[in-house]
Amino acid sequence: MTSRRLNPVLAIILIALMFASLFAGRVSVPFSDWLSGSLQSVIITELRLPRALLGAIIGAALGMSGAAMQGYLRNPLADPGLFGVSSSAALGAVCSLFFGFAISAWLLPLFAMAGAALGMAALALLAGRSGSLIVFTLAGVILSSLTGALTALMISLAPSPFAVTEMTTWLMGALTDRSWDDVKLAAPVVALGMIITGFAARDLDGLTLGETAARSLGVNMRRLQWMIALGVGLCVGVSVAVAGVIGFVGLVVPHLVRPLVGNKPSALLIPSALAGAILIVLSDAMVRLLPTAAELRLGIAMSVLGAPFFLALLIKMRRETA
Amino acid sequence: MISFDQISLTLRDRLILNQISGSAKKGHITVILGPNGAGKSTLLSCLAGLRAPDSGKVTLNNKMIAAMNGRDRARQIGLLPQQGDIHWDLSVKALVALGRLPHHDRWGTTASDEAAVAEAMILTDVAHLADRSVLRLSGGEQARVLLARVFAGQPEWLLADEPLANLDPLHQLDTLERLRAYAHGGAGVVVVMHDLTLAARIADDVIILKQGMLAASGPKDDVMTPDTLSDAFGVHVELLQDRNGGAVVTLLGAAR
Repeated sequence: MTSRRLNPVLAIILIALMFASLFAGRVSVPFSDWLSGSLQSVIITELRLPRALLGAIIGAALGMSGAAMQGYLRNPLADPGLFGVSSSAALGAVCSLFFGFAISAWLLPLFAMAGAALGMAALALLAGRSGSLIVFTLAGVILSSLTGALTALMISLAPSPFAVTEMTTWLMGALTDRSWDDVKLAAPVVALGMIITGFAARDLDGLTLGETAARSLGVNMRRLQWMIALGVGLCVGVSVAVAGVIGFVGLVVPHLVRPLVGNKPSALLIPSALAGAILIVLSDAMVRLLPTAAELRLGIAMSVLGAPFFLALLIKMRRETA
Repeated sequence: MISFDQISLTLRDRLILNQISGSAKKGHITVILGPNGAGKSTLLSCLAGLRAPDSGKVTLNNKMIAAMNGRDRARQIGLLPQQGDIHWDLSVKALVALGRLPHHDRWGTTASDEAAVAEAMILTDVAHLADRSVLRLSGGEQARVLLARVFAGQPEWLLADEPLANLDPLHQLDTLERLRAYAHGGAGVVVVMHDLTLAARIADDVIILKQGMLAASGPKDDVMTPDTLSDAFGVHVELLQDRNGGAVVTLLGAAR
């Protein structure tokens, strides 16, 4: 299927799924009541609708970030978490919970965004001006292990068991109890991040031939590095800020979409965004339908899905190399 | 004309290029020769504008190459690097089309892009592979696809680092013929090579490097003499002619 036909197909599936997800949940709200203004209709307009939108926004952000990261690092198993921006955002959010600032709905996301911004600044300092891929990746690994350690430290020093529970639960991302405020925060930041990433698309194609050939084709490696860092940083940072850490999407979605677009990095970005949105909206509807006592956290559900996926990948690769 | 004047370059405390001067002319094939580690590839990447020398200058038509805008430079100078990385399994056609990247401003390809890609694939004899996955091809086929990628950019200058590696004899000769035709069409071609016989057959001008210094440069017949070659490579050579008058460089043994 060409990407020209793939994108509309994915978009239609996404819209249909978002609509269907409005039916998913403990309370059943008849369609005729949705806009009635009754107490039940509030479940749709103030809870499920923003939740579906937020799921789509975050899924798109993570899917596209993953595609950009894999193209940039030329590694089909690269993940947007690799640069340490998501763990920096998580550290910021955990800090706000540590100090009990989470009372106001806006503070936790702001802390997380500040964490992501500091993370990107630290990345800039560590990587220097070399434009070298290895130095940049190493800087990201250092940053993510440092922020991971600090997050663990904050949890172990937490003032109360209640705070510990809050932090650990929050780290396992979810879309539970999100409001229009979160949508208003995430939408513009993700849009900006996706636009910046989109401008890197042609350079990512050039990188198919390796760094030397790409530079000879006019790709500015330093500029590309910062476009990717900024675009992915904004997308991932705000996703963590509003929904906590949700892994796996950025890794698996580009992987699944790649064969459908002829493996071309630039053609992968938009279908990955759409497919990421589909995956999150679908999984979030599923965790709401599961008959568990407390709702399963989306972050955990995605991680549980991840392991069999990698097993299947391993079996496939072993068969191909045998 | 690409000229380089007194260029020196130190990498990791090693002097790779030491006060080298010379030039490459349009319509000519300039071959860079030298033993391993002589600085051939580094010189080529300086000419391509990918490395700026520590001192001295490299100019294209009297403009400093290092100061040129990347895309402007890429439209004029095409480079075929030594290591033919292919990271994603594109179709042959899509990979060759990457050579058009410096030419289009936005998404979508123009008719002239498609014509250039089709022509490049015919030139390097890969048109029949257009829809195949590039990673499923043999090494030699991949090398020709990568060469087609450079041709597709239609650069006025084509720089190639060992373009004959991995090619079978037929495609070696064929590739040399393509490069020659490209130079006859008015472009400047600069090639790093190891095979002295093939170099003697294709070169108009020769630059010989030895340990980062210029050992000799000038028209082929002035430079490719037994004395110069044995001095530069540490090998005694004999220059012969085959029955068609083509040059043959025979290695007689190490010069001690």
